[in-house]
Formats: sequence, C-alpha cells, structure tokens
Amino acid sequence: MSILINKNTRVVTQGITGKTGQFHTRMSRDYANGRNCFVAGVNPKKAGEDFEGIPIYASVKDAKQKAGVNTSVIYVPPPFAAAAIWEAIDADLDLVICITEGIPVRDMIEIKDRMRKHNKTSILVGPNCPGVITPDEIKIGIMPGHIHKKGRVGVVSRSGTLTYEAVGQLMELGIGQSTCVGIGGDPVNGMKHIDVMKLFNDDPETDAVIMVGEIGGADEETAALWVKDNMKKPVVGFIAGVTAPAGKRMGHAGAIISGGKGTAQEKLEVMQACGIKVTRNPAEMGKTLKAILKQA
Amino acid sequence: MKIHEYQAKEVLRKYGVPTPRGAACFSVDEAVKAAQSIPGKVWVVKAQIHAGGRGKGGGVKLAKSLDEVKAYAGQILGMQLKTHQTGPEGQKVRRLLIEEGADIKKELYVGMVVDRVTQRVCLMASSEGGMDIEEVAAHTPEKIHKVFVDPETGLKDAEADAVAAKIGIPAASVPQARAVLQALYKAFWDTDASLAEINPLVLTGDGRVVALDAKINFDSNALYRHPDLLALRDLDEEDAAEIEASKFDLSYISLDGNIGCLVNGAGLAMATMDTIKLYGAEPANFLDVGGGATAEKVTEAFKIMLKNPKVKGILVNIFGGIMQCDTIAKGVVGAAREVNLSVPLVVRMKGTNDEIGRQILKDSGLPIISADNMADAAQKIVAAVAGK
Repeated sequence: MSILINKNTRVVTQGITGKTGQFHTRMSRDYANGRNCFVAGVNPKKAGEDFEGIPIYASVKDAKQKAGVNTSVIYVPPPFAAAAIWEAIDADLDLVICITEGIPVRDMIEIKDRMRKHNKTSILVGPNCPGVITPDEIKIGIMPGHIHKKGRVGVVSRSGTLTYEAVGQLMELGIGQSTCVGIGGDPVNGMKHIDVMKLFNDDPETDAVIMVGEIGGADEETAALWVKDNMKKPVVGFIAGVTAPAGKRMGHAGAIISGGKGTAQEKLEVMQACGIKVTRNPAEMGKTLKAILKQA
Repeated sequence: MKIHEYQAKEVLRKYGVPTPRGAACFSVDEAVKAAQSIPGKVWVVKAQIHAGGRGKGGGVKLAKSLDEVKAYAGQILGMQLKTHQTGPEGQKVRRLLIEEGADIKKELYVGMVVDRVTQRVCLMASSEGGMDIEEVAAHTPEKIHKVFVDPETGLKDAEADAVAAKIGIPAASVPQARAVLQALYKAFWDTDASLAEINPLVLTGDGRVVALDAKINFDSNALYRHPDLLALRDLDEEDAAEIEASKFDLSYISLDGNIGCLVNGAGLAMATMDTIKLYGAEPANFLDVGGGATAEKVTEAFKIMLKNPKVKGILVNIFGGIMQCDTIAKGVVGAAREVNLSVPLVVRMKGTNDEIGRQILKDSGLPIISADNMADAAQKIVAAVAGK
C-alpha cells in the first residue's frame, strides 16, 4: 500500500512548460514507474503539443477526461498558482500537490474557503512543499529520488531538506520508507500533520512515523493530541527552531513565533506528553526511530 | 514587511478610519511647523521606529506648548530608542509624528491576524486598550473577543456591532465603531496584511472612535501586487546584512552567537542552529541559500556572514539533493579563497556527489574540516571556535 500515491497514480503537471516544471517532471518521470504515471501536462496555449512525449492539454478537466489523471502537481509561479490549485480542485482530482513557494496568504485563505463551501473532497498538499514520494513506486515533487528506498516508516514534515536529512539517517541504518509527505512551510495550507498521521495509522504497510515540525502555529500540538488518543504506531518527533528568535520569519512564511506562541519548546513538551518519542538532536531522528522499532 | 505608525495611519485613513490630525517630520523645525499648523494647545511628539513599546522607552511625549514640542523633538530625534523589541542597542530615531492631543475617555484594543487553525482573518478586540495584548491574552483571556471573518462576506454589521458592545462602546458610538472595524478589515484584506493593530483605539469625550496608534505588517509574498506599499519600506529600520542578503535571494537573519551557518533549506538551517546550541555554542545567523544555490550565491553568503565581527567560525551544512555537493564544494573553496578566510570552517555535505565534493575540499589545500553528520559538524566547529 503506502499513502496518497502509488504506482497506479496518474499525474498531470500544471506548469509543465516552465523551466522548473519541466526539470522536475523529467526527474519524476525517470524515477521508478514515472513513465507510466506522468501522463499529462496543462497549458491552454499549447494544447495539442507535448513535452518530451507527455501530451499537453488545454485544462485539468481535459487532462482528466482524456488521460485519466487523478492527481496534479503544480509548479506554476506564485501570482497564478492559486488559480491553478482551484482549477485542479474544481476538476475533482483526488490529490493536488502544490510545490510553488511564495503564494500570498490571502490567496490560500480564499482557496480553502471555497473548498469548504463547495464541499470539495480533493486532498491538497502544500503549497511551498517538496511533494510526496512512495519510494521505488512514484515520486511527485522535487525531492531527490535516489536517497529513498521502499520500507515501512512514514515521514511527514513541513520542511524539504530536513525531510531528506531524516530519510538520509534512516537509510544509513538500512530503514526504508512507506511514503514521505512534505506538507510545506506556509501558514495556510492543505494537509496538516494530523491528516497525514491518520493515513499512516490506517496504512498496513507503515509501522512507525517520523514527524518533523518547526516553529509557528500549533499544528504539531494538534497532531500530538490526536496521536495520544488514536495512534496505534510509534511516532518519533523533532521540532526545528529551538534557537529561533521570536517575531522573525525563519525562511518559511509559516515559521514564525508570534505573540509568544508557536515556540519549539512548547511543541516538544506537548509532543512528549502525548507519548511521542521526541529528540532534540536533529542528527538522531533515525537512531531514535530505530530504537523504538527494536522495542516494538 | 513593516511600516511606521504614521504610514499605517495614512493607509487606514484611506479606508475611513478616523485618526488624530498629524504630520510626519524629519527635523525639529519641521516638527514645530507641524505643531503650528495643528490647532490646539496640546501635541503629542512620537518617535517613529518599527519596534513597539516606544512610550515606555521615552519615545512618546505630551507637549503643552510649542517650546515643549521643540524641546521634545530635539530630544527624541536622533536618540537610540530602547524598547523590549529593539534589543539592548536600541534603534535610532530618524522620523517623528506630531499629532494633536486627544480627549481620551476610554482606551480599547482592536487587531487582526491570520488565524492558522480556521484559516481565516481573525478580529481580536479587548476593553483593555493601551496594554500589550499578549499580556491580556496570558492573564485575562476572557477579555479578548474574537471574530473569524468569512472572506466572502467580510466583517458583517452584526459581528462588528456585537464586538463593539462587548468591549464597552456605548450604544450611541456603536455605528462609528462598526465603521472603524469594517474599515480595518477591508484595509487588512485589500493590502494583504499579515497583522494590523490599533492599540489604543480610543473613545473620545464627545463619543468619537479614533485610532490613536496603528501598526500594519504586510505579507511579503504579496508585495508584488502592491508597489504603493512597497514604497513605504524604510531600509533604515532593517538589518543591513538582511537587506544585502535579500539582494542575492538569500534568506538571512542576524543572531547573537559567534558561529556562522550556511545551510540549504529553512528547516535544515534551523535544525543546524539548534545543533550548535545543543553542543554548547550559539549561532551567529540563520542563512538559507535555497534549493538552487550557485557558487556565486555561496560566495556572497560567506561575505555577508563574515561582515559580522562576532563570527569566529563557520559551519556549512548541505543536503545535496537536486543541488549537487560538488557544485557546493567548488563554491565553498572559491568563497574561502576570495574572502581570505581566517576563521575555522567545518563543512558537512551529504547527498548527490558528496564523495567528489569532499575530495574537492581536500584537494583545495585549505584548512577545511570535513564532518560526517550534523552532530559531528556541530561538535567540530564548537571545538574549533573554543580553540580546542
């Protein structure tokens, strides 16, 4: 199994005619079953053309009808990204993954409001995220595929390279991953830690989860409280930003301690109290997980 | 992006929020002239810096004559104003706001932020005006009233009226308060604000509702569609190193420690800082070179870090995925040569082509210390800086 995506996922790239979209579509196509999975691109002005053999359609709806896509990945630049997200959601795709960084928060407030009011069931991942990978099956996004291998540990994180770091540590210990989900660093986004945790809990091929968070907001606390009452599998946690000063945006739009809230300390304490095995040393995420697997 | 109080008031006035009459001034002469043009017997001389807590730091004075305006303006202009938000060195005052005095009957608080849980704009209002809202939230949270605004409708009349009543606005002034709250929301939404505060919002003796102070921060991701707001940016209020870094698309934040960090990715950059702390030292900066770092960017990053005299060592931590370690290694070597690096440098590289990258570092003949993982890297730089 795995969560969210597998070898049967069929993907349309929105922004396939841009440099970033082309580069990463090529990398994703060349990973595992990518050739079968990446079947469409969208650009209304270039409908009928193709990108290295991947047909380009006028709209997401068109790609869904003609190429049977159920998932979209978005590399569209920030000023147009919200409209691209809505186009994919309005086409009722199962999953919409938005990689784009720098989308105004107001645009995301409008998207999320419209999703609720129109009862849209598409799952949104991101924006400002590395994407999702189910190792040795399919990679959708910008993460380096070759650092992963198939296994039974789930990874969920707000940060890109810190996710790779966690994966790298697992790999050094010979531990593979079921699915790795980058939920992104923006304050208003799609899936949160808790949503991914629920899927991992129900996935028979995931035995344990690494949850990587960072300063800002309270999503990690919310997920921790859910884990306490519902999670059947061990969870290892790390929060980046113990040394981050208050009131400063640490790279990610959502990584900011505001009004004294959203500190790493606060999150770590709640996670620990909820039974998550917390490490304060980011170099020991893999080790901590391995120790837990041995106990289990 | 932050702006000054007088600029925030200009923005709010455009949306119909009443503010005291006033003018921004850059000199004592201008301050006196401004006061002369504002009728009345009392003026407020207010330091304009981006940090809060100006009153307590001595940056806000009530002048009862033009001579006092002159004296206070002279005192405040050019002072290093220290508040709980400026840090110990304070912030130099370069601008003043001269305003008419207000007849204050009641001080209230209203503010707006984006609420991450409901994913809506949240209006917060309290009868405890003039106070730090964080204090109110911590000690008497029941005194803060919230409305999560539907983005389709905006702040509704009934919602605004209910909040106004809850914070103690008398019935006769509720229509005015409603107008202020709705204008504040509209300003927040239209300008892509990330925070807007009127603290205090005052009720005057004659029943008017007036914004005595104002603060607005904007979503920097949205500034591309607000060139008029971008023009309000005051570079004097920002950290010089952060401005320099932003020119090269580097995300940099100055901190107080002595170990410079150069990392790819915001999360990994924070984690690297945390690891340095874990091993007993403090980071000198946050620096994310981003996913597409080039040799040029790495060189600029080194230059910016080394401009900080406190930096006694540098830790480079790169997880090369799309970005390849050999490219970074070349950048690091080039940068170390170009800046004539004289402090210890520890490099940890992992990912694509890390072997080649390490070889490049080794072959450079430079005294670069290689590390295997984050913990090893942090330990090595902490030890090197401590002279062990």
